[in-house]
Amino acid sequence: MGRAWKFGDNISTDLISAGRYYHLRSNLPELAKHTLEDARPEFAANVKAGDFVVGGSNFGKGSSREHAPVVIKMCGVRAVMAKSFARIFYRNAINNGLAAIVCDTDGIEEGDEIEVDFSRSVVQDRTNGKQFSFPPLPPVMEAIMAEGGLAEYIARHGDLTIRA
Amino acid sequence: MSTAGLTLAEKFLSAKVGRDVRSGEIVISPVDLAYVQDGTGPLTFRQMEKMGIAKAMNPKRAVVFIDHASPPPRKELAQDHVYLREFAARTGMVLHDIGDGVCHQVAFEKYVRPWDVVIGADSHTVMGGAMGAFATGMGSTDVGVAIGLGKTWLRVPETLRFEVSGELPRGVMSKDLILRVLGDIRSDGATYMSMEWGGSGIERMPMHERMTLSNMAIEGGGKCGPIASDEETRRYLVSHGRGEEWRPSAPDPDAAYARVFDYDGAGLEPVVATPGSEDNIVSVTDPSLRDVPIHEVYVGACTNGRFEDIAAFAKAVRGKSKAPHTRVIVTPASKEAYVLTLKSGHLETLLEFGAMINSPGCGACPGVHGGIPGDGENVLSTQNRNYKGRMGNPNAFVYLGSPLTAAATAMYGVITDPRTVV
Repeated sequence: MGRAWKFGDNISTDLISAGRYYHLRSNLPELAKHTLEDARPEFAANVKAGDFVVGGSNFGKGSSREHAPVVIKMCGVRAVMAKSFARIFYRNAINNGLAAIVCDTDGIEEGDEIEVDFSRSVVQDRTNGKQFSFPPLPPVMEAIMAEGGLAEYIARHGDLTIRA
Repeated sequence: MSTAGLTLAEKFLSAKVGRDVRSGEIVISPVDLAYVQDGTGPLTFRQMEKMGIAKAMNPKRAVVFIDHASPPPRKELAQDHVYLREFAARTGMVLHDIGDGVCHQVAFEKYVRPWDVVIGADSHTVMGGAMGAFATGMGSTDVGVAIGLGKTWLRVPETLRFEVSGELPRGVMSKDLILRVLGDIRSDGATYMSMEWGGSGIERMPMHERMTLSNMAIEGGGKCGPIASDEETRRYLVSHGRGEEWRPSAPDPDAAYARVFDYDGAGLEPVVATPGSEDNIVSVTDPSLRDVPIHEVYVGACTNGRFEDIAAFAKAVRGKSKAPHTRVIVTPASKEAYVLTLKSGHLETLLEFGAMINSPGCGACPGVHGGIPGDGENVLSTQNRNYKGRMGNPNAFVYLGSPLTAAATAMYGVITDPRTVV
């Protein structure tokens, strides 16, 4: 169970990890202290392990910076949920073992208590009793996620031999 | 299985994979060119070491660009550069150091070939589409795999076809066309899809203008922004001493498109994107812009920092003075653009106008250095993004427009219709 941190539509990677902290990209613990700072300045200091980032549509739009999902994960976030994700952010999230769940987030309010059952692909909002199912990952991403990320996958298998 | 023809994206990936592939299929494709920049490369290389593949499968086609913090304004960034140079030397990768220019621009001038599959650790890698290539941006780890193993996995995208007729009127540039398109489809209208450009308006459009269209495919959420390789592509390659690399391409006439959009180029007007999102599009003549003082005009970035962009700006401002309260910063996108600006005499025009010139690279666009605005200040930039915080200050406001709109705006200090000055 974790708390929902609600964000709007079109959360860009600049909002998630701002360009003015470019010099911290090789110092990820410091960079993570500024996660989502320009969207909600209080987020990084108050988020707890197991919490959820809940966006609207087009979450993670903009640049290819992989640091965006990396710092969200470093904050202890269990999963990011959104009505839709920008392509590169989505791929980067899975490549780093950060669950990215596509579901109708309109029914989730700020502060709601959320539980996710990954084996059944179901999100449960314990605060309002609503339940949302989400589609499974395509097999190629499932295989990467199962290893905890792309680097872990390649380290173990030595090749990109994922069944397409 | 559909028997319809193939889109450009399907053609490029089919040729690479060795069989006809269609949108929706997931394929593992060889990669012809892979590159990183200084903001994404250090993570790529650390991940490659972690994966046990700290080598380059094809080192002559694996490139490191130092462009986002060039030269480095902080010691932390200087240390990142030390690591990038060391890794490139160790693996035999090609290095473009500070001052060479923005990765996408230099890659286009020197490395991207028609029919290539290009993977770059920067979202604007999509600009390579203007060469008639499948070019897309990915994160650091994916590009590490592409460098180390020479391949990547891809979902073959559906395609939106943008059919452009007519010639752009005086004062209107392709930047105005792509901004208009983004206003229409919104910033997620092409998510996961290919934005393919064609039609008589594209056929007669010069390469530097096509590049702006492909560059901003990502602003619509697009995976790639391909344009068929034609005589103009050949002219560009010949002019860069690479004529032997030219190969034509075209989508099949009966290609299956998710949707076709028609635009009449002759009916377009200059537009700007107002702060916060690249799809907030208004006419340059919109009354809401009249009372907005512009404190900084930025001419540069992979979007519009080419020689032709700078020349268009310079010709429009020749013999004039900039508005007193407006700072004007010009940053050529590459050394080639810088040298041509110098040789053409435009550099002198720019300096006499009151502009300052920075060395080639990304400059002010990503908010690292080279023109960070102050609190409450307004910027008119030729770059591609205007999100909160983009230029390094979340309390500043960024408007996007063409180099000609930048010229008119720099003269008057408010966003000004370029048709009044050209």
